[in-house]
Amino acid sequence: MGDLVRVKHLHKEYGRNVVLKSIDLSVKRGEVVVVIGPSGCGKSTFLRCLNGLEEIQGGVITVDGLPVEPDKKDITKIRQKIGMVFQSYELFPHKTVLENVILSPVKVQKRYKDDAIREALVLLDKVGLADKKDYYPRQLSGGQKQRVAIVRALLMHPEVLLFDEVTAALDPEMVHEVLQTMLDLARSGSTMIIVTHEMAFAKAVADRIVFFDEGEIVEETSDVRGFFENPSTERARRFLKTFAYE
Amino acid sequence: MDIEIIRSYIPLYNDALLLTFKIGLLGILTAFAIGLSGAAALYFKVPVVKKVLTVYIELFRNTPLLVQLFFIYFALPKLGIRISAEACGTLGLSLIGGAYMIETLRSGLESIDKIQSESALSLGMTKSQVFGSIILPQGISRSVPGIMANVIFMLKETSVFSTISLMDLMFTAKDLIGMYAKTIECLFLLVVYYLIMLLPVSLLGSVVERRVRYAEFGD
Amino acid sequence: MQSLGIDVLFKGTNMLRLLKGLWVSVEISLISVAISIVLGLIIGVLMTSKARLIRLILRIYLEIVRIMPQMVLLFIVYFGTTRVFGINISAELSAIIVFVFWGTAEMGDLVRGSIKSIPRIQYDSAYALGMNKFQVHFYIIFPQTIRRLLPLSINLVTRMIKTTSLVMMIGIVEVLKVSQQIIEANRKSSPNAAFGVFAVVFLLYFIVCWPVSRLANKLEKRWA
Repeated sequence: MGDLVRVKHLHKEYGRNVVLKSIDLSVKRGEVVVVIGPSGCGKSTFLRCLNGLEEIQGGVITVDGLPVEPDKKDITKIRQKIGMVFQSYELFPHKTVLENVILSPVKVQKRYKDDAIREALVLLDKVGLADKKDYYPRQLSGGQKQRVAIVRALLMHPEVLLFDEVTAALDPEMVHEVLQTMLDLARSGSTMIIVTHEMAFAKAVADRIVFFDEGEIVEETSDVRGFFENPSTERARRFLKTFAYE
Repeated sequence: MDIEIIRSYIPLYNDALLLTFKIGLLGILTAFAIGLSGAAALYFKVPVVKKVLTVYIELFRNTPLLVQLFFIYFALPKLGIRISAEACGTLGLSLIGGAYMIETLRSGLESIDKIQSESALSLGMTKSQVFGSIILPQGISRSVPGIMANVIFMLKETSVFSTISLMDLMFTAKDLIGMYAKTIECLFLLVVYYLIMLLPVSLLGSVVERRVRYAEFGD
Repeated sequence: MQSLGIDVLFKGTNMLRLLKGLWVSVEISLISVAISIVLGLIIGVLMTSKARLIRLILRIYLEIVRIMPQMVLLFIVYFGTTRVFGINISAELSAIIVFVFWGTAEMGDLVRGSIKSIPRIQYDSAYALGMNKFQVHFYIIFPQTIRRLLPLSINLVTRMIKTTSLVMMIGIVEVLKVSQQIIEANRKSSPNAAFGVFAVVFLLYFIVCWPVSRLANKLEKRWA
């Protein structure tokens, strides 16, 4: 027990095109799992499956013991346990920062607006954006938007957070502020599944590394340092090489 | 041009403007309601409704209002469906406007990225909550230029009401020309009154459009 | 059939007359569209001119066209010119004048929009490849402009055809006028003719306009 997220024999295809082949993965409470792999390897699709945003063709996904099935009615209950942050932020452009983050707590979880606002301000302050609460998303930089998106996910009190290449669309100088926020979260004991291309960050934050290639898990290890210095598979070695200049 | 004649015609034109405006406003409101519910039905892909709406949209967008009015006003009574000229004008305007409004709103809703609704879903919202608080507000604001164009189009289309004997601006002008042959004065007033009705809407349209464009998100 | 009054159309040359009436509308629109496209291309390029005065004048012209119902314009040209200038313009010519006046503005705005929609960088990168002004426009800008323009101008054709229904108001014998005549002539023998005839006219317009707007839609999707 103790597994918060459990994936068994997950199979996903678009028509004839198989994207995920028999994936098995378990994530414990408080664990930070970093998923890496070449683009198109299926790692983003994998995250979307965990949140029930994709139909799956085989296997079982459970979060906190509840099955994730996209068309079931209680999928909204399960999604409240899962926070997700997207590469393209996806703040709601017609709402201010504050409205963005409290929308779901108030509408979905029926929490008192005042409570939600109070908590939102605390969290926004933590990421250094309390003074931006009445701004519209278009008035923020990419890094600020992404931090708001993280706060928006956190305010739902999720059991697990999914990060889908959240720094990929950012200017280099803004990457740091977002990664720092994520690092703080990891240290405070949040359960996180992170898809990223930032190898140094992966090394620093991960409890476990999962290496995807061509729709399957090729290597999975808790020896994070060991993985980056000397991966045990040839495919991982080739992948890591693409980040080094010779 | 004879100022005295113009002065004496003004009350008649006022009445006509009022009638045109009344039917126009009612038609626009109804058309917007049709547009909203139709676009929502298309968004949720309601099975049979979708087919029916498609036929309705194609039929009314590809025929002139004048022909639609003739059909409603002169043909339907033969089936025992008889309505007043005013109701006929309102109905015809609502139907043609509704078809245009559905199209405008549908494409506005469709222009909202799928990932927006996914991010709302990932916050635990139901499909109808996603539609109501995320997709609809953004879709409508993207549709504003189209909606304003439809409103202007509809107000202009009211000019064909005279053909079913509604005493609108066209009817009044034609009637007065026929009776007193003061063509210039009548046409002058006709233009002035259409300007009174449409210029504010047109100006409002460009102001609103600029505001909406400014509010568009983007980095 | 009898009770719905469609039979009237099979009497004598009635159906043929109706189709001839429809052709009058289509003919007026086709002539107007052809002229509008040519003039619209010129006006459209002028609308992107650097001279503010030209832009202002054309802006006002476009606004007038946008605001005034075509019916009002028809009345002004048909009835107004006779009174003011003492010239008698035939109804057909008045219709074509009005539709060209309207179509040129709309077409011009479409041309302006398409030209403006080509990003600056497209010019820059073409110049950077060493092309001259003519080459830039001929190989890079026009092909892209046409793709945007064609579906929109095809749409203008259907709008013209629909709007030609108005010309009956200035006495042109087109499809609606013919149907009224047929209904009137058969009032005794076929009292329900209004239903059948107007239903057919409704469908006729649809049959003419629908394929054209489908075509425009298809092109727009393919070239989007």
